[in-house]
Amino acid sequence: MSKKVFEYAQNLTPIQLTNLSVVVGQKIILDKINCKIKSNSITAILGPNGAGKSIFLQTINGLVSVQSGRLTFNLMENNQEIREQQAMVFQTPVLLRRTVMANMQFVSNLRNKESNRLLKNILNKVGLEGYEKKPARLLSGGEKQRLSMARALMVNPNLLLLDEPTANLDPYSLNLIEDLVLEENSIGKTVIFTTHDMSQAKRLATDVIFLNKGKVLEQTISKTFFKSPKTVEAEKYINGEILI
Amino acid sequence: MNILFEAFKQSIELVSTFNTDLYEILLLSLKVSCLSLFFSSLIGLPLGTFLAIKNFWGKDITLIFFNTMMGLPPVVVGLIVYLLISRSGPFGWLGILYTPTAMIIAQMILIIPIIVSLTAQTIEEIHQEYKLLFYSLVVPPHKAVIAYLFEARYLILTVMLAGFGRAISEVGAVIIVGGNIDHLTRVMTTTIALETSKGNLSLALALGIILLSIALFTNFILIRLKIRAKQRMYV
Repeated sequence: MSKKVFEYAQNLTPIQLTNLSVVVGQKIILDKINCKIKSNSITAILGPNGAGKSIFLQTINGLVSVQSGRLTFNLMENNQEIREQQAMVFQTPVLLRRTVMANMQFVSNLRNKESNRLLKNILNKVGLEGYEKKPARLLSGGEKQRLSMARALMVNPNLLLLDEPTANLDPYSLNLIEDLVLEENSIGKTVIFTTHDMSQAKRLATDVIFLNKGKVLEQTISKTFFKSPKTVEAEKYINGEILI
Repeated sequence: MNILFEAFKQSIELVSTFNTDLYEILLLSLKVSCLSLFFSSLIGLPLGTFLAIKNFWGKDITLIFFNTMMGLPPVVVGLIVYLLISRSGPFGWLGILYTPTAMIIAQMILIIPIIVSLTAQTIEEIHQEYKLLFYSLVVPPHKAVIAYLFEARYLILTVMLAGFGRAISEVGAVIIVGGNIDHLTRVMTTTIALETSKGNLSLALALGIILLSIALFTNFILIRLKIRAKQRMYV
């Protein structure tokens, strides 16, 4: 890692979104949103389907272009060096048509060219020891998501973006991923994740951003959000009611 | 029917007795076709991938151009290459007319559009699957091209096989630029054409059998590879 990147690595947060709008096709997905993501926080992005949660993460990761407004990382505009410090885990795991180990090596070769021993250690961490030679796309849903997580950790990111990382997963994979999130956060990483699982949000999140129809309706600390939501929409969402 | 049977018998004899002329023609055919496939792949695979993953002004026109070029008549290609490399042509100074090099060039012109178009179609589908991941991982463009080709490796083999099929079965262009000179530029297809016109059906048929065998063998290997790859979900 170059010295410049290392300096950035210390200062990626806070992440500030100012009057930020994202348009996909003709549709406004994020509408002039303002919010701030604190250093070393675990922020849950909550909201009903179509609220713009995934696009929110993709915008931070630089995968979609911003129509208007600003996105800054510790006052710096998004650039390649900042993006190299982020890792994204998609809701549907996207794995290469190779073995588990080759998937890890692909990412490793892009960055630090880590030793196979370290790659195996990371695989052990996500409970995939002994799976090195297995074709990645033959893994079960939970195993695939854990491999995606391992690949993300490979990058040693300062910002971990997780798009519904535990949707439809078995309890073992769910617990393992949650433990990894807490572990990464405990060593100083900032985590932003989306979920529909309220109890998971309560377990993991230090902060909550509540989105509805592309707008930020609430941003607060997790405990406050779940105890006394300020908006009717948030209250309905927490209680499992339909938002129209 | 008897003539056909007799020709078939003689052709088997030619193949089994390792007839020198026959194998010389066969080796030259394979050499010319494999080299033209190799050079066409070096150009066509990255170009096709680039066309599939990059958006730029004129992309559609470029793809239409290569799609149209897939149907290029070999004799026209042969004629154009002939005009370019004949002594009075702009590249006459190269002195490659009636050489295997000229045949390779003519075949490349025929194969490159096939490889570019089919690669672009193949990679486009894979691109939809991986574009966000690769962008998220900040994969440099040249590494992305290599990665896409690797992810599509079994489909790319089919693309290359289509190119090889076009090259080895082609007669119109190579006969014009190669001249069908014995022991120099005579390949399987040009020999088949010549020997048939001379009434020497056994050699023509022997070459036909070999040509078919090559096609069968390469297809068999490819299908085995694909079955194995499918079991591992690599396709």
